[in-house]
Amino acid sequence: MLTLEKLRYTEGDYSLSADLTLPPGRRVAIIGPSGAGKSTLLDLVAGFLTPRAGRVLWQGRDMTATPPDKRPVAMLFQQNNLFPHLSLARNLGLALRPGGGRLTAEETHKVEQALERVGLGGLSARKPGALSGGQQSRAALARVLLQARPILALDEPFAALGPALKVQMLDLVQEVAGELGALVLLVSHDPQDARRFAGETVLVAEGVAHPPVDTQELFDSPPEALRAYLGQ
Amino acid sequence: MASRPVAVSAAIAAAGLILALVLGPVVAVLTRAGGWGTLGPGDWQALRFTLLQSLLSAFFSVVLAIPVARALARRRFVGRGLLISLLGAPFILPTIVAVLGLIAVFGQNGLVNEALRALGLPGFSIYGLHGVVLAHVFFNLPLATRLLLQGWLAIPAERFRLAASLGLSPRAMFRTLEAPMLLRIAPGAFAVIFVICLSSFAVALTLGGGPRATTVELAIYQAVRFDFDLGRAALLSVIQLCLALAAGLVALRLGTGGGFGAGLDRMVTRWDGRVGLPRIMDAAWIALAALFLLTPLGMVVARGLPGLAQLGAGSWEAAWNSLTVALASTLLCLAWALPLSTRWGEWVGLVGLAVSPLVLGTGLFLIVRPFANPLSLALPVTTLVNALVALPFALRILRPEAEAVRADYARLAMALGLTPLAWLRLVLLPRLRRPLGFAAGLTAALSIGDLGVIALFADPERATLPLQVYRLMGSYQMEAAAGAALLLLIFSFGAFWLCDRGGRANVDA
Repeated sequence: MLTLEKLRYTEGDYSLSADLTLPPGRRVAIIGPSGAGKSTLLDLVAGFLTPRAGRVLWQGRDMTATPPDKRPVAMLFQQNNLFPHLSLARNLGLALRPGGGRLTAEETHKVEQALERVGLGGLSARKPGALSGGQQSRAALARVLLQARPILALDEPFAALGPALKVQMLDLVQEVAGELGALVLLVSHDPQDARRFAGETVLVAEGVAHPPVDTQELFDSPPEALRAYLGQ
Repeated sequence: MASRPVAVSAAIAAAGLILALVLGPVVAVLTRAGGWGTLGPGDWQALRFTLLQSLLSAFFSVVLAIPVARALARRRFVGRGLLISLLGAPFILPTIVAVLGLIAVFGQNGLVNEALRALGLPGFSIYGLHGVVLAHVFFNLPLATRLLLQGWLAIPAERFRLAASLGLSPRAMFRTLEAPMLLRIAPGAFAVIFVICLSSFAVALTLGGGPRATTVELAIYQAVRFDFDLGRAALLSVIQLCLALAAGLVALRLGTGGGFGAGLDRMVTRWDGRVGLPRIMDAAWIALAALFLLTPLGMVVARGLPGLAQLGAGSWEAAWNSLTVALASTLLCLAWALPLSTRWGEWVGLVGLAVSPLVLGTGLFLIVRPFANPLSLALPVTTLVNALVALPFALRILRPEAEAVRADYARLAMALGLTPLAWLRLVLLPRLRRPLGFAAGLTAALSIGDLGVIALFADPERATLPLQVYRLMGSYQMEAAAGAALLLLIFSFGAFWLCDRGGRANVDA
C-alpha cells in the first residue's frame, strides 16, 4: 500500500497537496493539465523532492526521508534513462552494482536475461546511440526489471515514440509490471494512455492530486477540472 | 544524488584551499608592507608607465581590430578558417617566444630595420614604450579581433537583408547596424585588454626595463630580486592588487561574454562592399594582420632550426623542468576545476585571476622564507601559481558542460544510488572528456610558456625553458636562444595539441 498522507509541497506560488492511498500491483494513470504537478507528484514518491508537510509511506513504513535509491521505487524519466557512453551491459550492471564494480558471472547472466526479456537479446555490447528510440526504451525497461522494485514510476518515458510503438511499450510495461507484481504509476497527458493502460486514474489539477477513481467512470462523467483539460 | 554531500564537501575543500593560497600570500604581503613613505620616484614612474602602456595597448589593439574583424566577417577566402583558428594561438604562445620573434622582425638587426637601412632611412629601436605596446598589440589584436568578430556575426542576417533591400548607403549601414554593435562590444574588449596589460611582466622584462619603461609587476620583481627590499615589494604588490581588482571589476561590468568563441567559422552574407575599394581595403587589412601575426612566428622557426643543434645540457634540463611543472600544474588545475565547476565555483576561480602572479609569488616567498630556502621551492611554487592562474580558464571551459551532465544524469544516478566514485569514474569524467582535454591543453601550454614567478625565485640550477631563453638572450647567445625558443614553441603547441586531441579521440555519443 502506497500512502500519501496529508502531503503538501510548495515552491514559490506553486503548491500541490495529496492525501490518497494506492494498493500494490495496480496500474494507475496520473493525468492533468501540464504544469499541474503530475511529475512533481512522481518526484515526491520517488524521493527527488521533499514535501513541506505530510508523509509518504509504503506498506505502513515511513519513507519520507529516504533517499531515492533506497526507496522501493524504480523510475523511468522522460529522457536520459541510459548513460550514452556506456554499453547496455554496463548501464544495466549499474542497477546491480551502483559502485560500478565488476559483475559476477551470475549477475552478467541476469543482465543478459533481462535484455532478452525485452527483446534485446545479444545487444548487450551496444551503446544506446546505436539503438532506435524504441530499443532504448526497451533497454530502460530491462533495467527496471533488474531493479525489481515494487513501485514503478513512469514519467512520460515514451512521449517521443510514435503511437504504434507507444502502445507496444505500454503492453511491455504491463507484462514487466505483472511479473514483478509492481504498482505502476504512469504520468501521461494523453487520455488514451489512461483508458488503455490503467484501471484507475489520479487526476492532478489546481494544486490537488485527487484520490484514484475508476478510469472508465472518470472519463464517462468527467469533473469540471478534467472537462476543462479535455476541452469538452 | 547520493554523492551530493561528497561533491559539496569536495567543492568547499577546493575553494577553501584556493582562498587560503591566494589570500595567504596577500595577507603576508600586507603585513609586510610598512608605511607609504618607502615608495621612490621610480615606483611612481612605474605606476604611470603601467597605466600609459595599458591604455595605448588596449587602444591600438581594439582600433586596429575593427577593420580586420569587419573584413573577416564579410569576406570568404581560402584559409579563412585557418586564419581565424590562428587568432586563438597567441593565447597559448609563450611570451618570450613572441618577443624573440618580434625582435627578429622589428629589432636592431630585424627585417624592418634592415629594409630601412637598405633604403637609406634611419632605423628605430624596439626597446622602450613602443616595443612594449607593439608586443601587447601582437598578443591582443587577435583577441580583440575575435571578440569583435563575434559581435559582427551576432548581428542577425535579416538586418543585412533589410539594409540591402532598402539600399542603405555604406555610411547609413555603418550607423544603423555596425556602430551600435561596436559601441556595445568595443568598450568591453578595451577593458579586458587593459586589465591583461596591467599585469604585464615578461614583455616589460624583455622589451622594457630601465627607469622609463618599468611596469609595477617588473618593479616588484626588481625590488625582490635586486634590492631585496621586501617592504617595498609588498607595498608595490598592494598597489598592483588594487589596480588589477579595480580594473577587473570594471571589465566584468562591461563584460564581453566568452572569448573562446564557438561558431566563428560562420560568415555573414552581405550585399555591400562586394566590389571596388572596400574589397581591396578588406583584402589589405587581412593581409596586413596575417603578416603582422605570422612573420614573427616564421622568424622564430627559421632562426630556431639551426639553433636546435646548439642546445646545451642546461637547456635540456630546463626543458625537462618545464615539462614536469606543466604536467603537475595541469593535474592540480583540473583537480581544482572539477569540484568547482559550478556557478559560484567559477567566482572562486576568478580570484586567482584578480591577484597577479608576481603578488602571489612575493607572498609565498615571504611565507616560506622562515621555514625553507625559497629558491629551493622555485619549481613547486611555479607549479602552484600556474595552476591558479589557469583555473579561471579551465572553469570557463568545463562549467557549462559539467552543469549539463549534472542536469541530464544526476537524477538517474540518484535513482541508481551510484557511489560518488562511480559517478566520477563512470559518468562525469567520460562525459567531460572533450572539455577536459581542451582545458588540460590550455593549462599545460600556459604553464610551459610561463615566465613569471620562476624569474622571481630561480637560481642558476633551477630554470624552466622560458627562463633559459631569457638568460641566453641576456648573455647574447642569440642562436642558442632562438633554438631554445623554437623548442619552447614546439612544447607548448604540442602539449596543447596532444591534450586536445586526447579529449577528442574515440568519443562517441
